[in-house]
Order: sequence, then C-alpha cells, then structure tokens
Amino acid sequence: MSQRVFLSIFECEDDIMDAARAVREEGLSIVDIYAPYAVHGLEKAAGFAPSRLPWATFFLGLSGATFMLWLMFWTSAVSWPLNVGGKPWNSLPAFLPITFELMVLVAGVGSVITLFIVSGLRPGKEAIMPYPGVTDDKFALIIEETDATFDPEAVRLLCEKYNAIHTEEREEK
Amino acid sequence: MAEGSSNLRTPLILGDKKPKQVSDDICGILDRKPTRMWYIAFLASLLVLGIGTAATVYQVMTGIGTWGLNKTVGWAFDITNFVFWIGIGHAGTLISAILFLFRQKWRTSVNRAAEAMTIIAVMCAAIFPLIHMGRPWLAFWALPYPNMRGPLWVNFRSPLVWDIFAISTYFIISAVFWYVGLIPDLATIRDRAKPGMRKKIMAFFSFGWNGSYRTWVRYEVVYLLLAALATPLVVSVHTIVSMDFATSVIPGWHTTIFPPYFVAGAVFSGFAMVLMLMLIARKVMALEDYFTMTHVDAMCKIILVTGSVVGLAYLTEFVTAAYSGSVYEQFVFMNRAFGPYAWAYWIMVSCNVISPQMMWFKKVRSNLYFVFILTIIVNIGMWFERFVIIVSSLHRDYLPSSWADYTPTIIELLTLAGTFGLFFTLFLLFCRFLPVIAMGEVKGVLSYGRSKKARVFVAQANEPMGVTPVLEGEKA
Repeated sequence: MSQRVFLSIFECEDDIMDAARAVREEGLSIVDIYAPYAVHGLEKAAGFAPSRLPWATFFLGLSGATFMLWLMFWTSAVSWPLNVGGKPWNSLPAFLPITFELMVLVAGVGSVITLFIVSGLRPGKEAIMPYPGVTDDKFALIIEETDATFDPEAVRLLCEKYNAIHTEEREEK
Repeated sequence: MAEGSSNLRTPLILGDKKPKQVSDDICGILDRKPTRMWYIAFLASLLVLGIGTAATVYQVMTGIGTWGLNKTVGWAFDITNFVFWIGIGHAGTLISAILFLFRQKWRTSVNRAAEAMTIIAVMCAAIFPLIHMGRPWLAFWALPYPNMRGPLWVNFRSPLVWDIFAISTYFIISAVFWYVGLIPDLATIRDRAKPGMRKKIMAFFSFGWNGSYRTWVRYEVVYLLLAALATPLVVSVHTIVSMDFATSVIPGWHTTIFPPYFVAGAVFSGFAMVLMLMLIARKVMALEDYFTMTHVDAMCKIILVTGSVVGLAYLTEFVTAAYSGSVYEQFVFMNRAFGPYAWAYWIMVSCNVISPQMMWFKKVRSNLYFVFILTIIVNIGMWFERFVIIVSSLHRDYLPSSWADYTPTIIELLTLAGTFGLFFTLFLLFCRFLPVIAMGEVKGVLSYGRSKKARVFVAQANEPMGVTPVLEGEKA
C-alpha cells in the first residue's frame, strides 16, 4: 500500500522540536522523524508512545535469574549433592551472586536482541535513507498526507517558518 | 565567550561546533593515513605482545614450575595481574553507565574510548586465570555443562566459580554496551565513506541504521536499561573478585572491608588509565576541543575521591587489625609495613595515598604534564597494592618453619609485559578503525552551556529561508 507523505528537512535540533510540536498542534500525524542523534524530549514533541522494552527486560531478567537459581539448586542438591565444608545442599546465600550475574546477562543481551528484532535491525541490512545526511547533521520530518483536506502549501509554509531547508511531497511504498 | 551565552554552565565542547563539523573532525582521523608515530607505537606494542606470547607458550608447554611460586606463596603474580587489569576495566563502565545514570554529560567525550579500554583490559585480565589453570585447553571444565563424569557439576559455593560468571558476564555486557553505542556512529561513517571496502564493512556492521526516531526512542530506552544493569554489575564484579580473598581464612584477606575497598581501588586505577590514554589521544589526534580541561579536571577529582577512599581503607585495615585481638591479624599488618616486603608497601602508600592528594590543587589539575605523570604513578601504586595484599599476607603464614619469600621469574615478568603489549596493540587498532569519540552523543551536548534563545533569535533574524542558521559564536 502506498502512502503519500510530506518530507521536510531541518538543520537544527530546536527547529525540528518546534516544528514537530507545531505540526501536531495542526492535527497532522507524524509518520517518523529521522535524526543524527537523540534529542532530549523530541519523542514527546512528536507524540511517539514510550517504548515497552522495559517489560521485555524485566521478564528476561526474571527468567535468567530463575533459571540459574533452579540450575544451582538442582545440580548441588538433587543431581549430585556433594558435601563442601559441611554446608547445606541448598546453600541459598552462596547462590545469589551467580543468580544476579545471570539476571544481568540475560536481561542485557536479551534486551539488545529484542531491540534489533522490533526495530528490524540486522547485520548487513540495507539502510533506507529518507534524505542524505540524516546520519550526519540533518533532521527529516515525515508527515502523513491523510486525506483531501491536506494542504501541502500550508504545511510547507509551516515548516519553513521553522527554518526547513528543503520540503517535498513523496509517494512512499 | 560570545554575548548571550549562558554563564551558568561552561560548554562541554569548545569551538562552537555544528554537528557536521563533529563528523568531519572524528571521521577525519579515520580518513587520514596513520602517522609515523602510530606505526612506531603499534610495532613496539606488537613486539612486546610477541615476546609475551612466547613466554606464555613456553610456560604452558613446560609447566607452572617456571614461576617463582613455592609451597607457602601459592598465589602471587597471576592473580595480582588479573586483579590489576580487571580494576583498570572498571573505569570504562563507571564512565559509560554510572555517569550516564547521574546525567554527567561530560562523559560523552570519554565514554567510547573508556569502554574500549574496559573490553581490552578484561581480555588482558582473563589471560591470567587461563594460564594459571596450567592446562588452559581444559578451561571449559570451570563451566557447568552436562558431562560424562556423573554429571559432575562445579561447586557453586566457591567465589572462584562466581568469578567465572562475573567476569564473563562483565565482558559480554561491556562488549554489547559498547557495540550498541557504536551503531549510530558506524552508520555515520558508512554514509560518509566513498564506495569501497570501508563502506561495505560499515554497512554490514551498522545493521541498517537510518536514524529513524521510532528506533531512537527504543534505542535510548535500551541504552538506559543497559546502564542500569551495568551499574550494579560493575560493583558486583569487583566485589566478587575481592571475595576470592575475603572468604578465605588468611589473615590480611579475611575482612569485610574488601568489597568496597576493592571497588574504590578499581575505579581509582581505571580512571588514571583512561585519563592517561585520553591525554595521549587528545594530543596525537588533536581532540583538544572535545576532551577539554573541564574533562581533565572532572576526572582528576574522581581520582582524588577514590584515592582518598583507598587511603582511608588502608588506615581502617590497620585499625581493625589492632582492635581485632588476633595476634595473627596484627602480625600480618606489621609485617606488611615493616617486613621484607616493606618496600612494596611504601611504594603503594606513596603512589596511592600521597600522590593523588596533590590533586586538591587547581594548579596541579590544570597542568597536563603533571597530571599525566600522576596517572602513571597511580597505576604503578595500584599494581603494587594487589601485590602487597596477596604476597605479604601469604609469605609468612601460621607456621614460621614454612615462611618463604617470593620473587617473580623472568617468564612471569614477560607475561605481564605481554599483556601491556596486547592492551596497547588493540587500543591503537581501535583508534585507527573506529571513532574514538561517540559522535552521536557529542552532537547531542553541543548546545550544552550555550544560550538557546540567542541562537534561535540569530537564526530567525537571518536572511531568507534555506540559509544555514548562524550560531552566535560565529558572529562574534
């Protein structure tokens, strides 16, 4: 399904921030923004929902810790109990450091893998760039052209008010 | 400073740079041919690494009799070097994770190099336990895996097993953290590079990053989560390393002060190492605008604080021993300060307790040559700290008839030298092929300490649309 979008390019983080806010106040919807670096507060200005990744991290950490605690209990108390210095089979306090390490390991590595999957990043993937320079110093604002009431000329003027250096309409697949 | 700039904060990056200029400055280093200095340094490191490798191969083939250990001092050089290198690594995580959580924006100029240093230092550290196993090819026995011997599992109650999990987790998380931070910068290099080998390699490793803000939102969250996970991790790693000693019943080791004392010492030595590397990099790669005197000053203050904590810990140990009522404990500390290894003890005290106190003075913190020398002194001191803790606690044990001394053999010294060769070889390669400064993060702090209003005003008052807004600094 193709979609008509309106693209405008900015050169300053304050401009993209104000432009994104103004565009949303006009009732237009932002498809995406492309930025060379993370600008504090831009996601709020653009109205992007907060990421749900912390939940993934939480459950990954929980499962890593649970698995390791179970493995240590099972190996030390069930599979082959060995008397080490007269300590109990289930030496829970001594098992905590490794439980913690595995929590960190699984949560950390798992969150990054989750990030790659949900964002569609993978080794060797071809980067689809909306405009040259968005990984260097340009910001691209992509607005959805929803219906017949969309007035490209008005949007162009709005963006230029915030020092847009380039604007164009595009057909996006 | 230009009119209209904020007086409340000093800018972190000098020279009123725009994002484009940051890319040009940092990527420019990679575009230029390596200098003669780089080749000399690289070949020298490679040579030292070669000698260290030869020494390692020799001792593995001959056996651990090539070391100066004896029945009484059964642990000395390997574990000293292991703890030393792990400690060096800790500064990288402190800068990248803990300072991130505390929103210390100056970290952006240092974090990339510091994280690279962490990863390399952990590699250097990991070599020593491997050698110490005597048969490094059986290292996997230290992991719990289903085997044909029962299955016989590892002893999860042992701090040495905790260590294996802590160090491996630390290495993996540090590497992942570093790589995630690199991805946007790799994309920047990819998009600037001319078609060719470098563009292809960068295209592969940048994972198709295109700066989409929906991805940036998730990326920032993951970065924060990694920082939040790495912060307790780094504390846990050196805590566990200290428990290798503290859970034993050796006087001088068996104390509860070890975890905080080791963590402070690790940050102390690590910061000294990062500062030393950054002072060289700043000069050689002309990064004066990025790694400024503000950065040097902030890092010196951290060295001063952690150095004072370490000094306090030395004192506390003595008081604890004196108050313990245990003659063995008291003997160990008297023997440490006045016994056969007193020379090592006093090197440690003068390097770690006395020398960092000079950093109270602004004049000292702003003299780069002086700071550079101090960072080296601190690292020498911290190496001796581990040597003193380990050897002086062991060499005169409960039975005077088995008292012995320890001197490292040439093989052990060459192995230590070899890890320095490895460290500098890898660090020089990193400086050559990857951006030493996190461009994506530095671009985000360019406006720090610069007046926002003045800039917008100048931009809007300026000529027709489509002209790059002029920043206040350029006008001046």
